[in-house]
Amino acid sequence: MTGRLAHRLMLASAAPVAAVVIAVVLSSIVLLISGSNPLAAYADMVQHASKLETQVDIFNRATPLYLSGVAAAIGFRMNLFNIGVEGQYLLAFIVSAHLGAQVDLPAVLHIAFILAVAMAVGGAFSGAAGVLKVTRGVNEVISTIMLNAVVISGLSAWWIVEWQAGGEISATGGRVGTEPIADSGVLPNINAWLELFTREVGLGKKLTGMLVVALVVGIVYHVMLNRTVFGFDLRSSGANPTASHVGGVSPKRMVVIAMTLSGAVAGLVGMTELMNTGYYPSNPISLLGFTGIAVALLGRNHPAGVAVAALVFAFLDVSSGILQISGAASREIVEIMKGVIILTAVIAYEVVRRIREREEAAAAAAAMAAGPAAAS
Amino acid sequence: MALAIELTGITKRFPGVVANDDIHLAVAEGEIHAICGENGAGKSTLMKILYGMQPPDSGTIKIGGEVVELHSPAQAIDLGIGMVHQHFMLADQLTVLENVILGAEPMRSLGRIDFEAGREHLDEVGRAYGLDINADDLVETLEIGERQRVEIIKVLYRGAKILILDEPTAVLVPQEVDELFRNIRELKADGATILFIDHKLDEVLEIADTITVLRQGRTVGTVKPTDVTAHDLAEMMIGSELPVPDAGASTVTEEVALAVDGLRVFGEGGRAVVDGVSLSVHRGEIVGIAGVEGNGQAELVNAVIGLDDPDEGAITLLGREITHLSVRSRREMGLGYVPQDRHRDGLLLSFTLWENSALGHQTEAPYSRGPWLSRAGMKDRAGRIKADFDVRAPNIEVSAHALSGGNQQKLILGREMVAGPAVLIANHPTRGIDVGAQAAVWDDIREARAQGLATLLVSADLEELIGLSDTIVVMLRGRLVARLDPNEITPRDLGAYMTGAALETDVA
Repeated sequence: MTGRLAHRLMLASAAPVAAVVIAVVLSSIVLLISGSNPLAAYADMVQHASKLETQVDIFNRATPLYLSGVAAAIGFRMNLFNIGVEGQYLLAFIVSAHLGAQVDLPAVLHIAFILAVAMAVGGAFSGAAGVLKVTRGVNEVISTIMLNAVVISGLSAWWIVEWQAGGEISATGGRVGTEPIADSGVLPNINAWLELFTREVGLGKKLTGMLVVALVVGIVYHVMLNRTVFGFDLRSSGANPTASHVGGVSPKRMVVIAMTLSGAVAGLVGMTELMNTGYYPSNPISLLGFTGIAVALLGRNHPAGVAVAALVFAFLDVSSGILQISGAASREIVEIMKGVIILTAVIAYEVVRRIREREEAAAAAAAMAAGPAAAS
Repeated sequence: MALAIELTGITKRFPGVVANDDIHLAVAEGEIHAICGENGAGKSTLMKILYGMQPPDSGTIKIGGEVVELHSPAQAIDLGIGMVHQHFMLADQLTVLENVILGAEPMRSLGRIDFEAGREHLDEVGRAYGLDINADDLVETLEIGERQRVEIIKVLYRGAKILILDEPTAVLVPQEVDELFRNIRELKADGATILFIDHKLDEVLEIADTITVLRQGRTVGTVKPTDVTAHDLAEMMIGSELPVPDAGASTVTEEVALAVDGLRVFGEGGRAVVDGVSLSVHRGEIVGIAGVEGNGQAELVNAVIGLDDPDEGAITLLGREITHLSVRSRREMGLGYVPQDRHRDGLLLSFTLWENSALGHQTEAPYSRGPWLSRAGMKDRAGRIKADFDVRAPNIEVSAHALSGGNQQKLILGREMVAGPAVLIANHPTRGIDVGAQAAVWDDIREARAQGLATLLVSADLEELIGLSDTIVVMLRGRLVARLDPNEITPRDLGAYMTGAALETDVA
């Protein structure tokens, strides 16, 4: 029994480990070709990441990536490709920043209000694509891409002009944004919690409070998916809509719900930045939505897997800076590594899936040949 | 006569199981050779070996007297072996011609496809083997039987002289089977050798020149159809008596469990595909619906289950009207369903057995409590289903696709039965499963009937309909055209009603 468990664990971890190993090897080759020393580059990356301040950066980067990954994963579970996380989070970001600045509420309520607005906006915007799919047969890939365009070069570009705080210009001179939210609406950083275990965080780095929200989202996602009837409905409808329909789950209803939930989580992606700046800047951190798709893919839509994938990506993103500073390698190498990791992970997962399928089929055939007595 | 294929001592092991154990097979040139055996007897493995998809661990393969080592289907095709798979491998959006030449396109200069040459060759093949098909039809518009013909032509187009047909009749209705057999005989007359895999004994006896029976990976024997009866063959296949469907004493009660009243469902173009159907199923009764496929049975079943919304009429379950209720509410009221297509409608193939055993009942105890799933309840039930319904699987953690068809069907039936339904809709419950599993399914339905289960049985297996049903109704062009007593009808007469040849007496 323990042997079998060990075997299963080995199979489960074989794919991601193989993916990382192959990615390191291939990246080393690219580094060698480009005339850099891979060992020096890796040493720089590791040494940089071992600093507490860098780790705070990694978590701050990983938090929105994780939320974005979970948003994409909810869609994937229902066989939906929500490519619109990008637009959903930017829209939720600007609307909640604006509305959050208009109200005056006690601290906890104020924060809750902003997060709720963000989730409602993201959910409604994404749910619209779901409604279009089930009523008019519009493929969600097409509709969410189109809705991305509506937000990114449409609504947010218009509203940032409409809503910017009377031409207020920040200290650096160039950044224009929405009116800042009062302190009561800004989620505090959790440096104090971190410092319980470590030394004081220097360089003015602040560990985002959204990390806690992301963890809660991950836990809720896991429990909902695996422990509730609704989660079973969602997974079964995603795996086989017709069989699930025969089993009492309306596929149309699940499509709308899944798109809405995916969008609601997407709405939280921009909150890390909002809770840091207190307003929607004219050039918010973008591309988190698209990266989230890759993160979900690498993490196999599993809540813990997506977390690991988000950390890997965040580590690579944060490392790109130090590579440029130290000059050990070009910063673009991290983009190559990301691509290679995803590619090898997809292939490795497929190989493992086939091995597992073959083993199961053989075991079932053996049980059949052995007859009912031995099969129990 | 020369031997087209000679297999000697073929053995193939998979981890933990011997799929083929010292198999011997000799197929004469120009004959129709049937391979019989239950699911899991090793037929598919043997055919995969012969088609180059898997190498044998030991043994020799001779094709046309020459010893060969097959490493790929391409090589088998070069040797003139063609395989028609049970599940068709056609592109729906392409025409017949495009499907046939796909992968073997005749080329003109500059990489252009020579459709004219392809069409000529296709016509030639069609004429030579008497296969009638329109090259320009879109595959998606074709009937199942016609699609199968396209598959056969595809193989012949590539020059195959030896055809392997993997359970070709599993997906066909009786009329299409006749058509297929006519085609097979013509192929034989034109010199092709046919290897025919099947476990329907009547069909095998009708079509084959020689029959080889496999059981548990071994060759049991090779016989001539003239020397054996279906009974003998079944005994060779399962090593024991052939089960017959037999309902036994009537357990019909007065209490109506399911009533359908004046039901109409309009299909595309506003034509009524279910046209004024009324019927009732009492507790303890099995009502069989006979009919050639495509006469509205599927639409009737979908309306009763709740997948489609009927346009007129009413459906009543246990005295409560359910005409427009959701599938889930109907299921919670005690409606069980065994679908026709296990893979499409019955199972989550990538999910574990214990998850599959909850599908359709996930809102009910013991699978869940309120909004929360109960894993313990699910696993407990799955274990019970596995034991009580003899689902042969190593454990309940394996995924459903690892099981054979018969075991998948037993799992589905078990899942519906342990939920204690009041009404069961059994849609072709034994299609494509072997004799042993078939008998088990019949037993289970009969047993539940004695407990008061009302069953609506839709089947293309006339023996099954006559053997199990308390009442048989015949569906033709969306209407119920006859109500028959199974004790007084033969399959031949029933067939006449199904095609409308017999006197029509409308019971609607």
